[in-house]
Amino acid sequence: MHDLHLFTHFIKGSLLAVASGSRGYYIWLLALVILIALGANAYGNQLTHGLITSHMRDQVSWGFYIGNFAFLVGVAAAAVVLVVPAYVYNWGPIRDVVLIGELASVAAIIMCMLFVTVDLGRPEFVWHLIPIIGTPNFPHSLLTWDILVLNVYFLINWFIATYILFMTFSNRKYNPRLVLPLIFLSIPFAIGIHTVTAFLFTGLKSRAFWHTALLAPRFIAGAFCSGPALIFLIFRVLRKVHRMEITETALFKIGELLAYAMAINLFFVASEVFTEFYGQTSHSVHAHFQWFGLHGLSSISIYTWVALCCNVLALIIFMVPKFRLNLNILTLGCVFSFCGIYIEKGMGLLLPGFTPDALGEIYEYTPSLNEVTVGVGIWAVGALLFTLMARVAIAITAGDLRIRRA
Amino acid sequence: MGIFRRNKQATGQAKGSQKGSSRRDFLKTAATVGAGTAVGAPAIASALEFDFETFMQKNFRELSDEELKGVIERLERKYSEKYGKDVSVSAIGPMDGVLYGYGLDISRCIGCRKCVYACVDENNQSRDPEIHWIRVLEFERSEALRTINLEEGNPYYEHEKVPAEGKFYVPIACQHCEDSPCSTVCPTGATWQEPDGIVVIDYDWCIGCRYCMAACPYGARHFNWGEPNLPAEEVNPDMHILGNKPRARGVVEKCSFCIQRVRKGRLPACHEACPVGARKFGNLLDPNSEIRYLLEHKRTFVLKAELETNPKFFYFWGTEGRS
Repeated sequence: MHDLHLFTHFIKGSLLAVASGSRGYYIWLLALVILIALGANAYGNQLTHGLITSHMRDQVSWGFYIGNFAFLVGVAAAAVVLVVPAYVYNWGPIRDVVLIGELASVAAIIMCMLFVTVDLGRPEFVWHLIPIIGTPNFPHSLLTWDILVLNVYFLINWFIATYILFMTFSNRKYNPRLVLPLIFLSIPFAIGIHTVTAFLFTGLKSRAFWHTALLAPRFIAGAFCSGPALIFLIFRVLRKVHRMEITETALFKIGELLAYAMAINLFFVASEVFTEFYGQTSHSVHAHFQWFGLHGLSSISIYTWVALCCNVLALIIFMVPKFRLNLNILTLGCVFSFCGIYIEKGMGLLLPGFTPDALGEIYEYTPSLNEVTVGVGIWAVGALLFTLMARVAIAITAGDLRIRRA
Repeated sequence: MGIFRRNKQATGQAKGSQKGSSRRDFLKTAATVGAGTAVGAPAIASALEFDFETFMQKNFRELSDEELKGVIERLERKYSEKYGKDVSVSAIGPMDGVLYGYGLDISRCIGCRKCVYACVDENNQSRDPEIHWIRVLEFERSEALRTINLEEGNPYYEHEKVPAEGKFYVPIACQHCEDSPCSTVCPTGATWQEPDGIVVIDYDWCIGCRYCMAACPYGARHFNWGEPNLPAEEVNPDMHILGNKPRARGVVEKCSFCIQRVRKGRLPACHEACPVGARKFGNLLDPNSEIRYLLEHKRTFVLKAELETNPKFFYFWGTEGRS
């Protein structure tokens, strides 16, 4: 009874916190709402005319949407990197920032689900996937696995974040006997969502480019580069717009972690390049297309090289102490890392798998304006959700939003 | 089998071999009765009701006989009204002791694409956007190598006359794999292999995720990217629920070995259309069938054998010396 009463207050307080803010806050929200409206309009266009509004075709049957999905699963998974030291080892400096990381991963999973949904030809029939009323092809289809682990991971993160915020709101300490097991559970699930997403591709024996045991490790390494980089950038913004206490020690710790992650990621890239090019087989044609193009068609290879440059620059910044310990240069490194992985794990991963297609045809895919607009709308939904959640979290942890009778 | 899924064997048999003959008779009557009433039937059911029923329709393999009857009647009513002709939709099941196999004589094929268009006429594909289930690849004849490297094939050849000098042709459609990667990955169980070997799609159950297209090694699966456009005068009214019934926007479709024909003992439309007899079709379980003769006497091969999908579509050079 008491808790329920408190929870009502918690919800009310959260709504109030979300509704009030500076002028800049309102402008930011307005900008996001406009982008969401544009995206919704583009999706409406897609629903009216079908996926023909995209540039996907039978030859390249997945594109921008699934590329973003694969990337965002990584962002969501990487939240756990920060969660572990904070709760399990009680390492102080990173503690305050973990909540933000968890909220970012909640927003990322919602974006993942939106990207998969907009990719469906008949989204209204999505209930066919639900057990009992539908006929999910479990355990054969990796897609059903992915839906399962993503939902469980979402629930774990959402629950931990809400629970901790609610306890802080009511001036109580969270129960470690409830939180710790959930956190331990979230670790295999974080690895799991990304592994299963990689297996989604690896499991396709007909696509030589993805049919490699290195794909899942590459996914994880990439996730550890993009996720913490994004969280670092969010922190830098939050430190500017809010008087949020985030110690530099915590930020530099992220930089250190990124150095390891990016080194491993690039090592995997090199390992793959060696395998594909030293002992070439007919299957190397996809890697050829990825790096150099085929028959003069080379739109994708530009992305590949841009991604490589971004990642190498990021690695240099993360490795050299003089750069890493300079907050502004480190920020630049995080931008490089995020962009590099976005290209590499998004379209860079997807398109060479489909090109040349199963019968050897080369269809050069670039997303249509409509596709990109839908995608921008989804990113705006993620940003909006995150902004609102972070607003509540910051108000509560800063002590501005607490139950009065303490 | 899946935790959430009814046993495939059981449902497969219910639809197929065990109750096969009685079911077929029943459906034949149902089909004719349904078609009969449909003609005069006023448009009682509103569009809304139709959509709701389609929306709630179960997976084909989970439909009871009674429910299937209802679905077929609804589809026949719907299509007859829409296309202004007497449409019959059958759900005729597989025959006992039949496993279909296809053979293609590369040395005979002249690349005329008659099969491609016969297939479109038979199977109610969208005319615009254009969907073809058969893709004919043109290859350079090489004296040195008698292999097929698919990357060197050209599906977009245009000649005044075929076969073009120094070329050979390989038509490719669904290979009806015994271990079909498409049905393994389908998240909703909307595509599966029937007891007679035909890999089918439940077009009302597909959600359009296109995972099967990523999985298919033969580019055999095609997606309805836009609203399918099928002129009423070109509709083939002899339909099968798992075969040539018109597809909705946003679903994947492919060759079904002309399930609506072969399960009634007829030949696939592409086979019938081939002017040079390059196409062979028959029952792999019948030792006296032509397809068995080919398998035993010709050096047949399957595409991408290394993937071990075990296609039931066999290629061979029947008359080695022909130009």
